Amino acid sequence: MTNAARTVHFKIYRYDPDQDAKPYMQDISVEIESTDRKLLDAMVKLKAQDDSISFRRSCREGVCGSDAMNINGKNGLACLTAMDSFPEGKPIVLRPLPGLPVIRDLIVDMTQFFKQYNSIKPYLINNDPPPERERLQSPEDREELDGLYECILCACCSTACPSFWWNPDKFVGPAGLLAAYRFIADTRDQATSDRLDDLEDPYRLFRCHTIMNCVDVCPKGLNPTKAIGKIKEMMVRRAV
Amino acid sequence: MTYTVRKFDAVIVGAGGAGLRAAIQLSEAGYKTAVLTKVFPTRSHTVAAQGGVAASLGNSEEDHWHWHMYDTVKGSDWLGDQDAIEFMCRKANEVVVELEHYGMPFDRLDNGKIYQRPFGGHMSNFGEKPVRRSCAAADRTGHAMLHAMYQRNIKVNTQFFVEWQALDLVRDADGDVLGVTAMDMETGEIVVFHAKATIFATGGSGRIYYSSTNAFINTGDGLGMAARAGIPLEDMEFWQFHPTGVAGAGVLITEGVRGEGGILRNSDGERFMERYAPNAKDLASRDVVSRAMTTEINEGRGCGPNKDFVLLDITHLPPETIMKRLPGIHEIGLQFAGVDCLKEPLPVVPTCHYQMGGIPTNYLGQVVVPKDGESSVPVQGFYAAGECACASVHGANRLGTNSLLDLLVFGKSAGETAVADLGKSGNAHKPLPQEAIDRTLARVDRLNHQKVGADVHDTRLSMQRAMQKHAGVFRFKDMLAAGVDRITEIEQEVARTQIKDKSKVFNTARIEALELDNLIEVAKATIVSANARTESRGAHVRDDATDTPETPDGRDDKNWLKHTLWYREGSRLDYKPVHMKPMSVDTIELKKRAY
Ligand SMILES: Cc1cc2nc3c(=O)[nH]c(=O)nc-3n(C[C@H](O)[C@H](O)[C@H](O)COP(=O)(O)OP(=O)(O)OC[C@H]3O[C@@H](n4cnc5c(N)ncnc54)[C@H](O)[C@@H]3O)c2cc1C
Ligand code: SF4
Ligand code: SF4
Ligand code: FES
Repeated sequence: MTNAARTVHFKIYRYDPDQDAKPYMQDISVEIESTDRKLLDAMVKLKAQDDSISFRRSCREGVCGSDAMNINGKNGLACLTAMDSFPEGKPIVLRPLPGLPVIRDLIVDMTQFFKQYNSIKPYLINNDPPPERERLQSPEDREELDGLYECILCACCSTACPSFWWNPDKFVGPAGLLAAYRFIADTRDQATSDRLDDLEDPYRLFRCHTIMNCVDVCPKGLNPTKAIGKIKEMMVRRAV
Repeated sequence: MTYTVRKFDAVIVGAGGAGLRAAIQLSEAGYKTAVLTKVFPTRSHTVAAQGGVAASLGNSEEDHWHWHMYDTVKGSDWLGDQDAIEFMCRKANEVVVELEHYGMPFDRLDNGKIYQRPFGGHMSNFGEKPVRRSCAAADRTGHAMLHAMYQRNIKVNTQFFVEWQALDLVRDADGDVLGVTAMDMETGEIVVFHAKATIFATGGSGRIYYSSTNAFINTGDGLGMAARAGIPLEDMEFWQFHPTGVAGAGVLITEGVRGEGGILRNSDGERFMERYAPNAKDLASRDVVSRAMTTEINEGRGCGPNKDFVLLDITHLPPETIMKRLPGIHEIGLQFAGVDCLKEPLPVVPTCHYQMGGIPTNYLGQVVVPKDGESSVPVQGFYAAGECACASVHGANRLGTNSLLDLLVFGKSAGETAVADLGKSGNAHKPLPQEAIDRTLARVDRLNHQKVGADVHDTRLSMQRAMQKHAGVFRFKDMLAAGVDRITEIEQEVARTQIKDKSKVFNTARIEALELDNLIEVAKATIVSANARTESRGAHVRDDATDTPETPDGRDDKNWLKHTLWYREGSRLDYKPVHMKPMSVDTIELKKRAY
């Protein structure tokens, strides 16, 4: 393995309300080595060069959901984006997740996103007295939760969703709806009909027009559209 | 510089597994509680835990908490406190079942019970043969657990302060703890959280090493804060190097891979663990496997162009098993090693993973310090749980899956003890001492005004490289002594770090500089404690501790069966006895540790 250095060019969205009158795009380059496999590795080098560049990061392995951003026009996680996936010679363009207020540089205010998550009561509801041991669940019933429980709340999906951009206060958005279905699908949860009632609303669920942006960007390969479809199906079924 | 004061019954620093578990206790009891966290709760590093959480549920075969206790004591190389270990193993079923009731999506057996897999060092019938004790949700147990507990906290209305960085512990002249100072990362505002109960759950400090499975945020803040406030740190020489970090990337490959049948091979394709641990083989205790791998590499049987890693092979397992039980590992292989583990073995090296030591606590989650000739006296108002605490259940070496258990059991007991103490306390808060607040203001002020000085990134890197070199998997007398000098030099650099970013708003450069203040305390405690302990025990193995009949494998029970306590002031060391007496059963007697 050689650690040959190469130079990478970036265009980064910069805005510090403490210093800047308005946001601007900064051109900046950094030397990276072949061991800097991921975009996040390169960004850490960038930050060593200019410590004012601000972004969130933690796990560097795609499980914490901190470093979601808009990378060359598409939402994704910096830590899962390979440096060799970028076309050579062109600057890498980094912007904050679209549609949410910017706190600083690539850091957005996610209050609205989490408000929607909280609104679907994202916890198991079961009012039976808890048994002494675990509640039983068959492997097949448990499998229903696969593709749902793995969400890392990175917000790549909801901030790629036009319906969420227009109605962030009223439309639950793909991440929240995925979570809603995660509990609806759980055989241990007893609140299915309340959960469906809560979503039976022109905005909360029905603003989704199956545009599929959410599926396209989810770094964990989850499919909120499918979950939304299943919720809609259940509503139809219970209406007849 | 200005600050404001806010009053709470309790403040919890940390919203990983331990902090969230404690918070459930306080919220359910109705106490006004502030939970501070540097990152949104589900971004805490508990999220990265893969393999599982130990409990002798016996869902697949006979199991017993007493066997679990035996394994844990043996795994700890007898440095663990047997009362705390008994407490933890006996509580395991209760806390894991509670988690299931919170909604955790455990994998299931055909009979609907929680799925359990084998894990290193967990055996049946007092060390006979591997037992299935690790309760798992695929290889995403930590994620499933952290989200389930965060969700439970939403249900019980816990009040979170997200992206608030605690800076210093507030302790008065009596030594009582009265809360913390903290900074709102978004605005730079400084607030004193004045509380009657303060619970630390700040997690690990693996970022003192260059190569680590830990997240960027694992900077030992709780340890640094405690040390600056005069609380000693216990057993900091004991660091677990996980056998299987992805070579070059540090990302963890769970031991669950070997639990499901994975095999370690050297450049000859040999299953070398058969030579080092004939019984447990690839599922021997972590320190044993890490040393075996390092020996293979040092003797020229490593793989790759630089012969600097070994291979973890699961190509013989059915692809369905891999995709069902280890889907995250498949993804990590592709992402961080460029390897499809269905077809090719994964390149792995021992990587810094877990701190066995920490803030000294007892099984009730109280922080305890030596006082008036007694070795363990509770500090009024101060509790700790999870990786930042040392109960001590892991002693000189932790068994896999015992940490997620630790944070559940002791997160809960710290919460319960705090609730009980709050019930007894009066309404009034003790007055705040100005001095403790001044320490924080001075630290922040220095960073805001320092114009020339040491670069944070470079200084941190020197520290990480020095720790890797001087206090790694194998330790050498001369290297340790030189390491103490080197870290002491770097400590001086840390005192004069400089940042260019002076903004008040979400200043991540300042956050990193403040974190480095904590990392260096942890590094210093580690190197000084390791240098002083002239035996080999568990994860701490040095060249000058010889194998004799009185000191098998270099373990010297006559002189070193004791806990280290490192004090920041003067970098002083003290020691305290190991609790050899369990709560209800007989002592698990000392013997040579073999797998
Ligand atoms: C990759 C990996 C895999 C693992 N797998 C397993 C496993 O399978 N089984 C097992 O038993 N163990 C496992 N472990 C170990 C285990 O996951 C950890 O020990 C455990 O999760 C630590 O939990 P915690 O609650 O103590 O800390 P964390 O989850 O790290 O949480 C720390 C919290 O403290 C907060 N915090 C820290 N400093 C401050 C500050 N200054 N101000 C405010 N907040 C602060 C953080 O924001 C965070 O919320 C694994 C560890 C790693 C690294
Ligand atoms: S499918 Fe629905 S939720 Fe997903 S992006 Fe489109 S409108 Fe949004
Ligand atoms: S569904 Fe996918 S993109 Fe959306 S928040 Fe969850 S992990 Fe992120
Ligand atoms: S840093 Fe955690 S998801 Fe990228």
